Amino acid sequence: MEMTISLPISTYESIIDPDWCPGCGDFGVLRGVKMAAGKLGIKPEELFTVSGIGCSSNLPGYIHAYGVHSLHGRAVAVASGIKFANQDMNVVITGGDGDGYGIGLGHFVHAMRRNLDLTYIVMNNQIYGLTTGQASPTTMKEVRTKSTPRGNVEMPLNPIALAIVSGATYVSRAFSGEPRHMADVIAGGIAHKGFALVDVFSPCVTYNKINTYPWFKKRVYKLEDDPDYDATDHRGALNRAYEWGDRIPLGLFYREEQPTYEESEPALKEGPLVHQKLGLEKDLFDDLMEEFV
Amino acid sequence: MREVTLGIGGAAGDGLDKTGDTFAKTASRLGLYLYAYNSYQSIIRGGHIWLRVRMGEEKVYSHGDHLNLLIALNQDTLERHAREVEPGGAVLFNSDKLTLDSSLFESQVLPVPMPVRELLKPLGKTLPVMQNTVSLGAAIFLLGLDFEMMAEVLADTFQHKGQEVVNQNIQVAKAGYNYAKEKFVPLGYEWNFSRTRRPFITGNEAMALGAVAAGCKFYSAYPMTPASTILHWMVAHADRCGIVVKQCEDEIAVANMAVGAGLAGVRSMCATSGGGFALMTEAIGQAGMIEAPVVFITVQRGGPSTGIPTKTEQADLNQALGASQGDFPRIIMAPADVTEAYYTAAEALNLADKYQLPVIILSDLLLSEHPETIERDALKPDLVIDRGQLVTEWPEGNGTYKRYAFTESGVSPRALPGTKNTVYVSPTDDHDEEGILISDEYTSPPVRRKVQEKRMKKLEGALKELPPPQIEGPEDTDVTLVGWGSCRGVIREAAEMLRSEGIATNQLHFKYLLPFHVKEALEILNGCRKTIGVEVNYTGQFAKHLRSETGFSLDDMVLKYDGEPFEPAFIVNRVKEIVGGEPLSLEVTREEAQEIAYHYIRTHLGNSVRPASIEVGNGVPAEEPTWCIELVSRKGGEKTGDLFVGQRTGSTYAWKPVSTVSRD
Ligand SMILES: Cc1ncc(C[n+]2csc(CCOP(=O)(O)OP(=O)(O)O)c2C)c(N)n1
Ligand code: SF4
Ligand SMILES: [Mg+2]
Repeated sequence: MEMTISLPISTYESIIDPDWCPGCGDFGVLRGVKMAAGKLGIKPEELFTVSGIGCSSNLPGYIHAYGVHSLHGRAVAVASGIKFANQDMNVVITGGDGDGYGIGLGHFVHAMRRNLDLTYIVMNNQIYGLTTGQASPTTMKEVRTKSTPRGNVEMPLNPIALAIVSGATYVSRAFSGEPRHMADVIAGGIAHKGFALVDVFSPCVTYNKINTYPWFKKRVYKLEDDPDYDATDHRGALNRAYEWGDRIPLGLFYREEQPTYEESEPALKEGPLVHQKLGLEKDLFDDLMEEFV
Repeated sequence: MREVTLGIGGAAGDGLDKTGDTFAKTASRLGLYLYAYNSYQSIIRGGHIWLRVRMGEEKVYSHGDHLNLLIALNQDTLERHAREVEPGGAVLFNSDKLTLDSSLFESQVLPVPMPVRELLKPLGKTLPVMQNTVSLGAAIFLLGLDFEMMAEVLADTFQHKGQEVVNQNIQVAKAGYNYAKEKFVPLGYEWNFSRTRRPFITGNEAMALGAVAAGCKFYSAYPMTPASTILHWMVAHADRCGIVVKQCEDEIAVANMAVGAGLAGVRSMCATSGGGFALMTEAIGQAGMIEAPVVFITVQRGGPSTGIPTKTEQADLNQALGASQGDFPRIIMAPADVTEAYYTAAEALNLADKYQLPVIILSDLLLSEHPETIERDALKPDLVIDRGQLVTEWPEGNGTYKRYAFTESGVSPRALPGTKNTVYVSPTDDHDEEGILISDEYTSPPVRRKVQEKRMKKLEGALKELPPPQIEGPEDTDVTLVGWGSCRGVIREAAEMLRSEGIATNQLHFKYLLPFHVKEALEILNGCRKTIGVEVNYTGQFAKHLRSETGFSLDDMVLKYDGEPFEPAFIVNRVKEIVGGEPLSLEVTREEAQEIAYHYIRTHLGNSVRPASIEVGNGVPAEEPTWCIELVSRKGGEKTGDLFVGQRTGSTYAWKPVSTVSRD
């Protein structure tokens, strides 16, 4: 077995300082991603962070690794293309709740069905931060935002339940106020072979005055602390995904070993596409032409 | 040149495709050149499908204007097309099921009724589609083709189903052949069969093959006619060719995945048609911004909106030119024929890599789906694969690798992700040389100016290496026909016909639409006497593009937007009118009135009647002249009423059943 040599988080120090508001939950997530990568000994050139657009989606700019700061809602699709091209890369998607659960929801659900080996970290602040505070798909009912002045009337989306029923093979939640725990959950997601969701409570201190650090601190507990919890029990996980209110679970809800999409793709048996020879051998070409005669 | 055109008409589900294929392969293997066009509908069963196969001893460039032999698989086909068969030709049909009224065909045309049931009886249990094979056998005889060759094609086609099925098909065909031989004389075609086996291939197949031969490794798509056959070919050959083919949840994912793959360093391509292309546009801008090499194919079909999904048009040029917000460099090109489709795919992948930008290939339904014969060595496997300026190593002491380094050419040498010491971020926010955002804390105007110039400058380099447009045909003519994309072949034939009628005509064809050869185009256009644009759309999108690039206005236009591709005579007739100073008439012709009547019958009267005589109408309250189309019963032929269609608007004014028709 290969030995993992952990790397210090300074390995991923970017020359750019984050421009998030002081106190923004995303600082903790950035640190958590670096800690997780360091723990797994992933070198910067082996790490590809992919984001959409939003405050949270600025993260790839703040970590020393390859990155794409792609379009609003499209990070999962871009990341899938990257993974198909180069399966040796650790591809980590970092975005917001609007990005992933709103405009990008379709890609999110289909990526889970597909079970590509991707890790998806959603900095869920239950608000559209970058566009100055409109309701997001995870904004709770009755919460007033810029776009819901009389209180939100829509049901919030339940990303954990959605992931469990959509075929994600690693479904987890973390909290920016618990950085060590978060780093473990993220590291588990990256190490997991298959699609991993890490939904992170990452408070927006500027536009979400309801779901604040203290609000979460009072409620969260860790599934790992419940000795009876079985993260391989699909129905049980789904039940627990609905827990919300006075007690809110963090940690690994569900985990399942399934072949990844890459493993079932014949063209990838030869190794990453990006290293493969281009073009067709003459014999093969002639065979292909013969089909037209 | 000896040539003949066969038409096969029937409903979807009649097995027409296979029948056409067998015929085409037979003729092609005998060494004839073919061009086939299948006019089909957005329906899986039923409807009207109309396949024309034109073949000659020399290369043919369109499906032409003629019809010499008709194989009718249903009554509808007899009624609609028997009259189009030219003198000396024949109409083949299953006489158990269909009747050919003498009013339906010209006097010097041979009716060939085939008693299919009787012919098949001795052969035991056969499938309904085998009526087609009987007709094919007869067609082979009438056209003077070689039965043995057809037997060979049938054997290849049915080999996977076992020898018994092969034998039965050959026997069925032979029964048709022998019957025709016994009862009729051949139509008098004498062929010199070279027996050179040439490929018979569609634009989509050629484009897919060209891309793979040029190193395409990732192909994503969402099904959409007429691009789907690229997906089908890719999937069918993915394992052997070592490519990943991904059907995605929508075209947004298709485009973004292709961008991700391109960015990560593989040659990546995707294809769709207008509706899907609309969904791809944001990602195309993204490829421009992050300088990811990706090839986007859009195979135009009739629009707008869902439009006429199985019909052709060239009306998405504006869409390609305007895809995505902002100014960013893109290359747009439109291949003219099957061979060019192959090389264009390879060229597009090279250009995308060299200039690190999105390349858009504008194809269309006609080019993508029609098969034609090409020379055996027309498609060469040893394509140049030029990946542009790649940084394969970056020693630690080299300083920071700048992914978007500002250079004279605008091209920044590219390190593929994973290359040691070259870590960078590619943002869709505008950024500096290192990929750092320039608009988060303070937008630096000069940095923005320089990065925009850097990106756009790449087109100057690209333009220099793209071949400029050229005149085809004689120099110094009275008329120059100006076209783009798939119209080149039919314009070539139209120009030839015009010349033979005394109107000196040549062609100026454009493949490269962006960047544009302004200087070269102007030099040619300024030397032309009369320039006439030929496009398959309503507004003359290319003519407007030409004007916006060069300031040059074409003198006149030949436009078509009824869903069917140009035929040479259509262009010739309109050019003659233009030259003679005749204004364009948009009135409904007699033939069109018949088709409008068919549409009305289908939607309102069921299929028991058909149009018969068509006269100038009178006696209906309409504010325009009308056509009066007499409808008769399909069974007995007795009149069932009159239908009135406006000659100007095409409106269907009145249906007067016989009981209310005054007979004076
Ligand atoms: C296609 C498109 N629509 C809208 C926007 C504007 N936009 C930018 S970020 C954003 C929402 C961000 O919310 P979220 O993903 O939750 O990120 P946060 O800022 O909260 O971290 C929107 C609507 C855009 N960039 N692109
Ligand atoms: S607006 Fe909210 S989400 Fe955005 S940086 Fe500020 S605190 Fe963070
Ligand atoms: Mg948010």
